[in-house]
Amino acid sequence: MATLELSVDEAAAVSPVRRTRRLGLLFWIAIGWMTFVFALAAFADLLPLPSPFHMDMLERRAPMSAEHWLGTDGLGRDVLSRLIYGARISLIVGLCAPVIGLTIGGALGILAGYFRGRFETLVVGSMDTLLAFPPLILALAVTAYLGQSLVNLTAILGVLGIPAFMRVARATTLTLARREFVIAAQALGASHARILLRELLPNVFLPLFAFFLLGVAITIVVEGALSFLGLGVPPPISSWGIMIGEGRESLEIAPRLAFIPAVTMFLTVLSFNLVGDTLRALTDPRQGAL
Amino acid sequence: MLGFVAQRLLYLVPVLLAVSLLTFLIASLLPGDLAYTILGDQATPEKVAALRHDMGLDQPIWWRYLSWLGNVLQGDFGRSFRTGQTVLQAVAERLPVSLELMLLAQIGALTIGIPLAIACAVRSGSPFDRFMTGTAFSMLSVPAFLSAILLIYLFAVELRWLPATGYIPFHEDPVGNLRCFLLPALTLALGEWPVLMRVLRSDMIATLQEDYIAMARAKGLKPSRILLVHALKPSSLTLVTVTGINIGRLIGGTVIVESIFALPGIGRLLLNAIFTRDLIILQGVVLIVALGYVMINFIVDLLYAALDPRIRHGHA
Repeated sequence: MATLELSVDEAAAVSPVRRTRRLGLLFWIAIGWMTFVFALAAFADLLPLPSPFHMDMLERRAPMSAEHWLGTDGLGRDVLSRLIYGARISLIVGLCAPVIGLTIGGALGILAGYFRGRFETLVVGSMDTLLAFPPLILALAVTAYLGQSLVNLTAILGVLGIPAFMRVARATTLTLARREFVIAAQALGASHARILLRELLPNVFLPLFAFFLLGVAITIVVEGALSFLGLGVPPPISSWGIMIGEGRESLEIAPRLAFIPAVTMFLTVLSFNLVGDTLRALTDPRQGAL
Repeated sequence: MLGFVAQRLLYLVPVLLAVSLLTFLIASLLPGDLAYTILGDQATPEKVAALRHDMGLDQPIWWRYLSWLGNVLQGDFGRSFRTGQTVLQAVAERLPVSLELMLLAQIGALTIGIPLAIACAVRSGSPFDRFMTGTAFSMLSVPAFLSAILLIYLFAVELRWLPATGYIPFHEDPVGNLRCFLLPALTLALGEWPVLMRVLRSDMIATLQEDYIAMARAKGLKPSRILLVHALKPSSLTLVTVTGINIGRLIGGTVIVESIFALPGIGRLLLNAIFTRDLIILQGVVLIVALGYVMINFIVDLLYAALDPRIRHGHA
């Protein structure tokens, strides 16, 4: 028995050390970059920036200078200012849309995984229909009919995310619902609401949250693609996708106009992917076992 | 196997119906009246009412859905009110371009992904493996339109090796045709290989620890034979699944890439329909793409079952 206790102690002592090491330097750099972009976007109005809409036709495609830190674009607008105001759009859509998916999809998934039966069949079936469309095609078609606006864009991308969140929530709930603590709560006579909110929700939340961060990365990319195609937020609002699309026109003269927003977008998406993936690896028992 | 096919086919019917219903509802329930769109802002109310009557827009919605579905089942997806072309003609004209693009992209992704996955799996944990895994992970954060711009800048603007845009039909000039497709296909392949590589790599690392691999080594088989025959073959299953899952992303990527490189494929058709508000073409193309997507997933399901007997018998 002594050896058994010893091995348990060892495992308990080792696991926190391994976790901190697994988060790693890159994880914290990613968090730092996310905070940086987030802070700039949030306090854009307080920063001493030129207006992102002010056109200076005499200063078109001006190089970097003390006045325009990152130069000006093809219409003489300040690139840094457009980049920061563009971050707002990318982050608003990128964070709000997955929140829609997280709440609706997560709720449907937990309910379907807990109650099973006809409700589950209905939920899974309707989600399968939504998944039967290639996502970008559906987004394009609905945007075309609804018209381009920030609210529409967020709503569409949010709805498109529901099936994925539903699947993650349902799969996690299915395994959790058979665990001892849920059965014990049932045996103690806990109500459905109590089991769902107090026993299941806290346990489903972490995997869902990790998936949420990956969802943010995907949404920023899709928003960028739609804006790039000219079907995102309407002009003159700037967004990274719009800036990259405009920069493509002057790739031969001033490639930086496309590359500056491109690199910003890449770093942001990479950060969300990195943090999301690290958290997912921590919450996924299969990965942890390896 | 036959029973499995029949069961999957039965499941396909409600999904296809739901897809058609959703496509119809998107086009019908959302704001904007087709008659106004066709006639323009100058239309008198009488003219609009007459056109609405002609097109059956004054009928109840369920009736319009049923008659539309009836037409679709007879192969009549409607006709563009701008160009007069039927949806089927328009799609048939452009489908080969999109298919060629997706095929070349898939070949490219496999050519990059498989060798790298094998090389990483053999030396898992080595600096090379960690470097490639890291590269693959960051490549996942590069959307198609970013890599497209990078490739255009490198190969078309700086080096001037390849055309940035344009399309030459295959029967006119096969080499020129392939040159046109090289950059677009590479763009898509750059987005696809990391997914293939990551999945195949972890799959092969697990396979290489199996007893029969040790057995093959003990027999003295050549390492290349062990890797390619004994280890890669079981992973083909994973490749089929990943390819299937990726198709949706690939279709989305095709739309973007066709638009950037000015290739006359389905994606361009769709985008043009959106920009010119050609709603009939839009509805038809969305439906056809969704149907194709459902059918591809169905075939992937069947392939998966054919490769792995456990799935046919529900033990997976």
